[in-house]
Amino acid sequence: MTSPADASARRGDPVPNRIHARPVPRPGRWAAAAIVLVFAAMAVNSLLTNPNYGWDVVWAYFLDVTVIRGVGWTLVLTFGSMAIGVVLAVLLAIMRRSDNPVLVSVSWFYIWFFRGTPIYTQLVFWGLIAVLYPRLSLGIPFGPEFFTFTTKDVITAFWAALLGLALNEAAYLAEIVRAGLNSVDPGQAEAARALGMKEPAILRRIILPQAMRVIVPPTGNETISMLKTTSLVLAVPFTLDITFATNAIGNRLFQPLPLLIVAALWYLIITSILMVGQYYLERYYGRGTDKRTGGGKGPKPGSRRARKQEAINAAGRGNDDPFLEVTP
Amino acid sequence: MTDTAPMVSVREAHKMFGDLHVLRGVDLTVSAGEVCVVLGPSGSGKSTLLRCINELEVLTGGQVRIEGELIGYEERHHGGHTRLHRLHPKRIAAQRSRIGMVFQRFHLFPHMTALENVMEAQVQVRGRSKAEAKARAVEMLGRVGLSDRMDHYPAQLSGGQQQRVAIARALAMDPEIMLFDEPTSALDPELVGEVLAVMKDLAASGMTMVVVTHEIGFAREVADHVLFMDEGVIVEEGPASQVIDAPQESRTQDFISHVL
Repeated sequence: MTSPADASARRGDPVPNRIHARPVPRPGRWAAAAIVLVFAAMAVNSLLTNPNYGWDVVWAYFLDVTVIRGVGWTLVLTFGSMAIGVVLAVLLAIMRRSDNPVLVSVSWFYIWFFRGTPIYTQLVFWGLIAVLYPRLSLGIPFGPEFFTFTTKDVITAFWAALLGLALNEAAYLAEIVRAGLNSVDPGQAEAARALGMKEPAILRRIILPQAMRVIVPPTGNETISMLKTTSLVLAVPFTLDITFATNAIGNRLFQPLPLLIVAALWYLIITSILMVGQYYLERYYGRGTDKRTGGGKGPKPGSRRARKQEAINAAGRGNDDPFLEVTP
Repeated sequence: MTDTAPMVSVREAHKMFGDLHVLRGVDLTVSAGEVCVVLGPSGSGKSTLLRCINELEVLTGGQVRIEGELIGYEERHHGGHTRLHRLHPKRIAAQRSRIGMVFQRFHLFPHMTALENVMEAQVQVRGRSKAEAKARAVEMLGRVGLSDRMDHYPAQLSGGQQQRVAIARALAMDPEIMLFDEPTSALDPELVGEVLAVMKDLAASGMTMVVVTHEIGFAREVADHVLFMDEGVIVEEGPASQVIDAPQESRTQDFISHVL
């Protein structure tokens, strides 16, 4: 018999005395796995065998026109409100950083108010805006009016829902953007200032690109969260989204459960797609990413974008947990 | 302004950070083409002095003039007396663009290549076309010996290379004066030489320079004028041969004996 060292060498192992030891016995692990598996099997079994789930109804309505249209409206609300929210959030975060005390307080108050009241309440409020202000007008503040509109013609249920979601989301995103901007080394702005760059250019060219690394991953999270928050637009009431559409069908058929499942499945499908997107975004922008984990996915390795992001990541900043303060 | 105005003139400079009196009446004159080295223990106010010259810090009292032009303010005459009016940030930015600055921690823009770092302010501030800025950046990176590193990102460069890119970035703006804030203090010892070599080269080319450093050898070799600062005042000044090799004040003697 040859010694293990010789055997390793023959196999081309660079470690001549590789350790082959027996692991510590872990009976608890096996027991825990068995118990959890039994519960999981029971759950799956009941899902498949309990007739009250009404899987035939689920599949009958899964691709129903109203349902698909509902998915479309839900997506429009999700991405529309996120887009408006991001723009508002950048504005709020910049206001919050300004040295003008009025802008700082207004931004603070906005975030305080919209984070501090339930989204449901806010959506009901936007639905009732036409009751509060029957007419809207353009003109000089406290002076003459040039144009007037009837509120309920301008702010339809869709716009009320979209604005309600966007204004609420902006408050959360503003904190994320602020954390991102704060994560950039103040020396960066100083160096740009010393070169004679003006503040707007410094923000746009120097600070925001570096802040993206911190801003993008939690914004992906917020998008997934927004997808499900859109189910509350019945508060407005906006009646075309997936939750309302499936509820309506369910009530008509006296079969609420299967239609809830239809909605849940659609939310899961969209969330899964968003999660895949977020995975790549996080790889691309994620902090602490090094060259070894870069391969294959995201921007092409070695491409200009990949090298650029690598460089930003490698520059790392001291702010270890920029998300800490934004966790609601 | 006038031909006789010195390149840099600091008069009775005072700077307070809250209750902390960092500069306590500093006067400094640097003529065109002169290299002025500022020595002193940490906390003596030498970096603050440098940062006040290009308005990164605003003086609490006193004034800074570059070629006779008051930095940060405009003097307006009202009847018999003169009042200071703060300049618009755009005009302060324009004034800063005439003054190059190199930082201890380089502060290169990490999301841009060396070339893009040197091009950025040329395009944004000087309004040069991309092609012009690129040509100038290539020239400047060549001058600091980094022609083969132009497409590297800062994270892919050594500290000494990063600092040389930072010098090229400042030079590409065609500054009338260069400020160096401890440019070699964050470098590994073996990388100090390459940065000092670029600075010596720059001094030899006639650039007006104010250098805060602990490199006594550099001061001795290159400085036309050496200042020793402590506790916010200039304790001693004169040619290197005097301040470094034959200091008169006990505080200077003490400091020089510690760093040599």
